[in-house]
Amino acid sequence: MNKTSPPSGWSKEQMADEIIATLSDGCSLNLGIGMPTLIAQRMPSNKGVFIHSENGVLGVKGRPTKETMSPTLINAGKESISVQPGVSYFDSATSFGIIRGGHIDYCVLGGMQVDVAGGLANWMIPGKKVAGMGGAMDLVNGARNVIIMLSHFTKKGDCKLMKECSLPLTGTAVVTTIVTNLGIFEPNGTAFRIAKLADGVSRENLGLSNELLA
Amino acid sequence: MTNSATSKGQGTGTGKVFADAHAALHDLQDGISLMSGGFGLCGIPENSIKEVVRQGIKKVHAISNNIGNSGRGLALLLKNRQIVEATCSYVGGNPDLEEQMLAKEVKVNLVPQGTFSERIRAAGMGIRAFYTPTGYGTVVAEGKEVREFDRPCLLELPLHADFAIIKAQKGDTYGNLWFKETARNFSPLMAMAAKTTIVEVEELVELGQLAGEDVHLPGIFVQRIYQGVDYENVMEVPIYDE
Repeated sequence: MNKTSPPSGWSKEQMADEIIATLSDGCSLNLGIGMPTLIAQRMPSNKGVFIHSENGVLGVKGRPTKETMSPTLINAGKESISVQPGVSYFDSATSFGIIRGGHIDYCVLGGMQVDVAGGLANWMIPGKKVAGMGGAMDLVNGARNVIIMLSHFTKKGDCKLMKECSLPLTGTAVVTTIVTNLGIFEPNGTAFRIAKLADGVSRENLGLSNELLA
Repeated sequence: MTNSATSKGQGTGTGKVFADAHAALHDLQDGISLMSGGFGLCGIPENSIKEVVRQGIKKVHAISNNIGNSGRGLALLLKNRQIVEATCSYVGGNPDLEEQMLAKEVKVNLVPQGTFSERIRAAGMGIRAFYTPTGYGTVVAEGKEVREFDRPCLLELPLHADFAIIKAQKGDTYGNLWFKETARNFSPLMAMAAKTTIVEVEELVELGQLAGEDVHLPGIFVQRIYQGVDYENVMEVPIYDE
């Protein structure tokens, strides 16, 4: 057995369930493109959560069936969705008024880098990839709690939690909670507070110096 | 001097109905700014886009959240090299735009989506400027006035256009519109912001057949309307549970 092999920690599904467990019943929730959409699929219906998608819908409920799929029922990732009783639809200005006005309790977004000051980079890599910020800059400045869901390391093995983001920022001092496959962390301005570690994971596995861990 | 926040043409109660896209888009010219509704391919004005491609007008400034996607929608104008400037919030999923942006063939103005929609709304509503926290501390803030309220905010200006092409599910002969589900997105905002708004509908109905309470966009913002044909209504990511 290879003693140095690092623990892989939680699966994406377990990360989604960890996030769901932190949400208050009946809250409003916005989910970003990619991994965060797992949360919609795994959300227990008795939690009373209303899921918002910024293209203009409040009341998203995971995936449709082949029969209920509709070209006019999509989420911000352009994926087909189903909706729950009590759903509402609105134009994009109202949708972002809901976000900017502080009416969304939680948003969960993916990320490329997060720093100790709560800075987030998730919309471009200079010279390589330009996705565009879409609604991310509005979401991080408007939602009451901003949860970033991401794998702890890049494919090259670099830690995505860092002292200061090196990629172009989506927002400064906006992130409240970070959920990776290794644990749950909170940026406090100078370091990451460890709120929880996945089973089998220790401080030494986090790829962070002691001064960046609180 | 007229008060012309948006300088809409004179609103007449009659004569808004056109036979088809060809008739309704008769006066487009090179160099116009053109808003186009839709989020990805959801709710895009399919007939009007095809007509703009057929006319082949050049040097268009396209204003749309995605400028088409997956080679469809406004991406047809990109393939046809009709667009020189694009104002949008997202490039991902649109390889034609990404390619022409990196090759500097198209000038791309990336705007955060909430600021994008509010700038369009402001244009239609006569608001001359507004402050928003979105984009503070990022490249979006470059060159913009910053003012401290409870938090630092950026000054943003309205976004106008010469023409808007949009699609609604249902509309009456005055231009009152009803949108289906998430197909509404930017369309009613663009209808308010453009000097000339051209609407295509899946179902054109007589006055009175759309209840006043169900009107999502009052017809006063609409200059032309026509019955569209042959809708594809493409689903970009049609995932479903078995």
